[in-house]
Amino acid sequence: MTTLEIKNLAVAVGGTQILSDVSLTIKSGEVHAVMGPNGAGKSTLSAALMGKPGYVVTSGSVKLDDVDILALPTWQRATAGLHLIMQYPTEIPGVSLQDAMSAALDMRNQDSNHLKKLIETEAKRIGFDPELVMRSVNVDFSGGEKKRSETLQLAVLQPKIAILDELDSGLDIDALRDCAQRVEDATRETNLGVLVITHYSRLFDQLKPDFVHILTNGRIVKSAGPELADELEVTGYVAYTN
Amino acid sequence: MSTIALPTVDEEIWRYSRIGELDLDSFKLGKLSTKIDASSAAKQIVSSTTNVVPRDVTDIFEDLNVRHAQLTAISIAKNQVVAEPIVITHSLHESGVVAYSRLVVEADENSEVTIVERFVSSADINSLIVPVVDVRAAQSARVTYIAINELGSATWQIGYQQAVGQRDSMMKLFTVALGGDYARMRAEVRLEGQGANSQQVALYFADENQMHDFRTLQDHAAPRTHSSLLFKGAVKDTAKSVYTGLIRIRENATKSEAFQTNRNLTLSNGAWAESVPNLEIETNDVKCSHASTVGPIDEEQRFYLESRGIQPEIAERLVVLGFFDEVLNRLPVLPFIAGLRERVSTKLLGAKL
Repeated sequence: MTTLEIKNLAVAVGGTQILSDVSLTIKSGEVHAVMGPNGAGKSTLSAALMGKPGYVVTSGSVKLDDVDILALPTWQRATAGLHLIMQYPTEIPGVSLQDAMSAALDMRNQDSNHLKKLIETEAKRIGFDPELVMRSVNVDFSGGEKKRSETLQLAVLQPKIAILDELDSGLDIDALRDCAQRVEDATRETNLGVLVITHYSRLFDQLKPDFVHILTNGRIVKSAGPELADELEVTGYVAYTN
Repeated sequence: MSTIALPTVDEEIWRYSRIGELDLDSFKLGKLSTKIDASSAAKQIVSSTTNVVPRDVTDIFEDLNVRHAQLTAISIAKNQVVAEPIVITHSLHESGVVAYSRLVVEADENSEVTIVERFVSSADINSLIVPVVDVRAAQSARVTYIAINELGSATWQIGYQQAVGQRDSMMKLFTVALGGDYARMRAEVRLEGQGANSQQVALYFADENQMHDFRTLQDHAAPRTHSSLLFKGAVKDTAKSVYTGLIRIRENATKSEAFQTNRNLTLSNGAWAESVPNLEIETNDVKCSHASTVGPIDEEQRFYLESRGIQPEIAERLVVLGFFDEVLNRLPVLPFIAGLRERVSTKLLGAKL
């Protein structure tokens, strides 16, 4: 059982305060959806949790069980069990998915002997073309291929808590279904805890949230059960933005 | 002795160079030990005494090379295809000397050959090597030439490559430079025959106090000629690199295409790289492009790999090896290519070992 505890987190970017007071507690097996309009600070939350350069935590704390996540460099946050699925996955010319995953497993002192087989199995499961595994990460990938690649990496690395930053942007319905279903499966198979950041509720058909939080103007303004997502589908964010 | 004076950095072609540090008179004439690996059939086309194609002498080093060079001449007959690569290894074992090598490749009509020329010295050899290479590709000839600088960190190189292609010929010229103290190469291609084609590809990686210096020319002197150039380099520690490249499209070279790309990674704050692309186009109806970049490893790429749990040093190594793979993957498949990648990797780890 793992707990990611975000307490009173405030984050500034380029001197501007983007998040002012965010508290969330995510436990293994739970799915928390953070929803909000554009510019609410959703992507800032995911970047700050992973320690992206330029995102300055001005106050608050983030703990993964007893580990002070904010004190760790990015790579150690990942080896501690956090994983970020990026909204716009970066192209890495000349570095194959296979090589990146092999290096990532090495850092975790995990055997990469079965990596090839594992990647094949996982690729088949989410409909990712196995040919792409030897190609440069994300280079010339379609939107759907990028998100399938991101999901594949999550399946291979088996983190404790995953942050999904707009998994649903830039991909077709089929890819969305495959990726969301794979993450949902992980909540049951490996007890993955999920923080899913999104505008829309369309990925909730497969990935079922246990909690829904509304983020506007840098704060969580409401937290409730999955019914809140249904309400937002009808009313939008207007009621929460002022 | 030469009557030509040593050049200075005031001359554009020597700008940024370390020529001012050279005390040529302090070096006595030295000798390279040259080994040639080739199939017995291929060995028959290699000689050291053929009539040498004339070349214009532009400076003191070329002049001295003409007078003193140890010659290797390779002549490929019309329609002859040399299946196995010819590998020439020059080793320099003496300090305090200047040694001259000259390689002449004459590929007759519709012939094909691959030649590798390696330059080797150990770390303590404080000498200068002046290699000159002339490639002549006749109509429809296909020549692949690969120069590999594996010189020690105290050895200087001031080199010259000149490749001339006739109608529908294809010349591929590769350079891999990992060694040397100050290692310079002037690499010029002239496309003289209609439809002639050239590719120039280089990988260079300098660390500590090394400096790599490249001056390239893609000279289009006939219609429908095609040239492409891809030079990728990295500098680390306090190393330096210079790339200056000119595309020249002459008046008669209509419907020609020329592409030039130079990319440089600066891996340390103290490292320095310069990239200067130039175009000189005397006719319309041509397609030209050039791109040049100098900068550190992309922060987004580093963050992406780190977010997968890969520590910064390893992430950097993956990105740099990936950067160079674009060049290494274009090299012909030869046994020592894997070794080159290994050497780049070792060099990246360098100080951390």
